[in-house]
Amino acid sequence: MSTPIVEQQGEQLQTATRVATDDLVIDRRLHEGHIPRWLKVMLRNPVSVAGIMIVIAFALIAILAPILAPPLLPAQAYQIPHSGYEAQPKPPDTAHPFGTTQGQYDIYYGVIWGTRTAFRIGIIVTGLTVLIGAGLGSMTAFVGGWVDEVFQHIVEIFLAFPFLLAALTLAAVLVPRIHNGLISGMIALVVFSWPSYARYIRGDILAVKQRDFVLAARTIGVPGWRILLHHVLPNAMYSVLVVGSLDIGTYVLTFAALSFLGVGAGEGYADWGQLLSYARNWIPNLAQYWYIVVYPGTALLLFVLGWNLIGDAFRDALDPRMQRGRGA
Amino acid sequence: MTRYIIRRLLVLPIVLVGLSMMIFGMLQLLDPAERAALYVPGGVLRTQSALQDIIRTYGLNKPIYVQYINWLDRTLHGNLGWSVTAQQPVLSAILSFFPATLELALWSFVPIIFGGVFLGIQAAIHHDQWQDHLARVFSIVGYSFPTFVFGLLMLMIFYAALQWFPPGRLSNWATAIVFSPEFHRYTGMNTVDALLNGRFDIFADALRHIFLPALTLAYVQWALILRVMRSSMLDVISQDYIRTARSKGLPERHVLNRHARPNAMIPVATAGGLLLVGLLNGAVITETVFNYHGMGWFVGNAALHLDAISVLGATLFDGMLIVIANLVVDIMYAYLDPRIRLQ
Repeated sequence: MSTPIVEQQGEQLQTATRVATDDLVIDRRLHEGHIPRWLKVMLRNPVSVAGIMIVIAFALIAILAPILAPPLLPAQAYQIPHSGYEAQPKPPDTAHPFGTTQGQYDIYYGVIWGTRTAFRIGIIVTGLTVLIGAGLGSMTAFVGGWVDEVFQHIVEIFLAFPFLLAALTLAAVLVPRIHNGLISGMIALVVFSWPSYARYIRGDILAVKQRDFVLAARTIGVPGWRILLHHVLPNAMYSVLVVGSLDIGTYVLTFAALSFLGVGAGEGYADWGQLLSYARNWIPNLAQYWYIVVYPGTALLLFVLGWNLIGDAFRDALDPRMQRGRGA
Repeated sequence: MTRYIIRRLLVLPIVLVGLSMMIFGMLQLLDPAERAALYVPGGVLRTQSALQDIIRTYGLNKPIYVQYINWLDRTLHGNLGWSVTAQQPVLSAILSFFPATLELALWSFVPIIFGGVFLGIQAAIHHDQWQDHLARVFSIVGYSFPTFVFGLLMLMIFYAALQWFPPGRLSNWATAIVFSPEFHRYTGMNTVDALLNGRFDIFADALRHIFLPALTLAYVQWALILRVMRSSMLDVISQDYIRTARSKGLPERHVLNRHARPNAMIPVATAGGLLLVGLLNGAVITETVFNYHGMGWFVGNAALHLDAISVLGATLFDGMLIVIANLVVDIMYAYLDPRIRLQ
């Protein structure tokens, strides 16, 4: 959110430390044979190791989905099979190890294939938001002047929207247009997420733009777009990429919330939020039908937790203040 | 400082116009007949000529910029359209649902701030000891917990199994009394009105209903305040003036409470301000899970039934709230921190 004076100070400081850490990382990488120092710090930290292991476990489940829960029709693997149309959820048994929801959708199948949905949504949404945000943000920051100023105001307008509400609105308007809840939900997330990356990369671009090698490139007449692509971006892209990739958990969480409210993945689609939305109809009976909440809920919590554990440790590893505290 | 506030105030209308343009742009994704239906009480157009009437009255066949100016004009006059889901004009729906949200926000905000600050200080002064690790686990799990999963679990345990805390805003018997002529609804906030009417039984009932949603909001948000407080406190206690205070022999308690905490609270003020706005916007998910009829429930329900005009109206209202609150937080920050004021 916008707190300009403070932000300016904070941003300068952040940029300064970030640039300093970048240099440090680059220096060390040269000296220590390609293993950056932060990676070593992270691999020694039990918190981040736990996070990495959780994420790897989910990746394995996603890869092995066709073996763990063989689909009846491989072409419609993301559609959860259902035996019958009975309204009452059924408790776990041998045929349905996690039980069934209303409409007899198999929860086990939904949880396993939902892992693939989670990775797909996380990777696509993060990829597009970082690409659009960092692309527009770096171009306007590089050009500078009024372009940068106007663009920052546009970003501010986007950030003035309450994020979930904005995504909800756009998804609600888009669903009847494109008849695909999955795509409308993802578009809605991308449209309202990119501005924060645009703002994030701006500080880095402004800092790198001032360096001598950019001036040198300008002096020998390298065209502007080439300086941006070959000299500025490679030096500024790094932190926004990392921050973005660690936001995967957050996007999966928000998408699940959209599905839970009914504007994300459609009926019977293998998606954790969609499975959890069935619980809304059985709230007075949840003590009896606990399995509708507990299995998909645990999967979603662990997935988000895994990414957040990595992200948390990573921010610590990059923050020089924390290291000083630790070293002392 | 005055120049800064003036500059911010000048930018405010620009942001609001931009916001309204974006909302208007989203409305254009609907086709003209749908947009016409947005202005009809009941939301259903009975005849073709009625449709033509609406299109003419609201100028839906005019160029887009004319439509925008007309829309802005209607919106500024408080005509945000007709809410199909709430069966009333959008503005009156917003005004009737807002007190419930305000009530929930106030009941969760106080525990969030006090709990978060307390836990944050504990984590910071026991840096890298078990208290710190525990606070860290507590915070990161809370931060990762999907609100609706936590809410559903709470309902599963404390409502479905134990029958302690029911969903909704009031029990049926209490609702009957609250909406009876003898009961004066001063604020629309049940707990406050119950006290003003001297009905402690209704106060207790309202509190029983608000407990779980407030707890859910608190758990998810504690993490945020705890983190901000912890890192800011860590920062402050490594400063030279704290070492000075310690070395002149002040008791540790005094150093922490009088020297460290006030300065460490400044970032919490910002985070708290933004948090309060977030809560006032209506916790869509929490209110939906607990069937708590406030702004969040209204918007969530409207989106579910593709009642775009209600969602857009509420978004505009919330967007304005955010822009204004950001400004207030900026100004407050400047007053709390003399370094910023002196620039």
